[in-house]
Amino acid sequence: MINKIWVVLIGLGIGYSFFNTNVNMGDIILNSSYSAYELLISIGPLIVLWSGIMNIASKSGLLAKFSNLLKPLLKKIMPSVKGEKSLEYISSNIAANMLGLGSVATPAGLKAMQELQKENPHKDTATDGMITFLILNTSGVTIIPMTVIALRLAFKSINPSAIIIPSIIATSVSTICGLTLDYFIRRKNAK
Amino acid sequence: MLNNYIIPIIVIVIILHGFFKKTDIYETFLEGSLDGLKTVVSIIPVVVAMIFAVNIFVESGILNLIGGSFKDIIPMIVLRPISGNATLAYLSKIFHKYGVDSYYGYLASVIQGATDTTIYVLALYFSSVGIKKTRYALIGGLFADICGIIAAFIVVKMFF
Repeated sequence: MINKIWVVLIGLGIGYSFFNTNVNMGDIILNSSYSAYELLISIGPLIVLWSGIMNIASKSGLLAKFSNLLKPLLKKIMPSVKGEKSLEYISSNIAANMLGLGSVATPAGLKAMQELQKENPHKDTATDGMITFLILNTSGVTIIPMTVIALRLAFKSINPSAIIIPSIIATSVSTICGLTLDYFIRRKNAK
Repeated sequence: MLNNYIIPIIVIVIILHGFFKKTDIYETFLEGSLDGLKTVVSIIPVVVAMIFAVNIFVESGILNLIGGSFKDIIPMIVLRPISGNATLAYLSKIFHKYGVDSYYGYLASVIQGATDTTIYVLALYFSSVGIKKTRYALIGGLFADICGIIAAFIVVKMFF
């Protein structure tokens, strides 16, 4: 997949530049490494800072508390998930995702998939529980989009965090829509 | 505005909770930030690769072929479900072109913040347990993303 994106972006860009005499593609290619350096330097320090703070949330048990709060709600959303362990991992994945703790979220999410797979009668087919879990996961439930804020900060935005509330609203709409569609598909399949 | 209180509140709750739970907060912070540094280092090759491709594509001027006012948001929407780093690279191009506090800068930020790399995550999670038939997972995930993007347009219109 990523190979296709790469070849499309580079192929179309360089191909088109041969017909566009206003651009110097050689310079653009050489300068791209410097742009990458600028981007990394601008978002890197805030990622380092936030990872430190979030590690405190994780190690002091705050993340676990948050995850326990989510559990009853997730149980309602995913009625087909019976295993206590799967629900445990799903909650920690969603909680970590909400707080932007990617390094905690992914291992928990993969363990959740393994637990769900144990309850799965058809090993090559996704279960309802898996699909609901992944729709919830991919609808992007992040409370603070720290990478975006870091980039806005680097571009000297007058208010880098002004996007927090609009992002929370948009991501909630996305989650509600995804779960609603999921609910209706499940109900239709059950008939 | 409420936006400005969210980060300080989260920080103080985390620090106080850690302190009263007798966590060695300073050491824990250092340990976590070292992990963060490792993350940053590990994404260097990906960011270089994506900035390289995105810069070639955007600066070739090919988007002028599409025309219309939303032409610069379209690649963002197309790339978003596949690669977070590609959209991040693209987001910085939008900031360069329109300014970070412009309508487009704001809209692209909210789109980036409100959605996720759906196709990438589905591929990773399903392949990790050997699932081949993913049924309606992709449709559900992309439907959620599209709703999120439409919501971003509406919310940014209201707030901006």
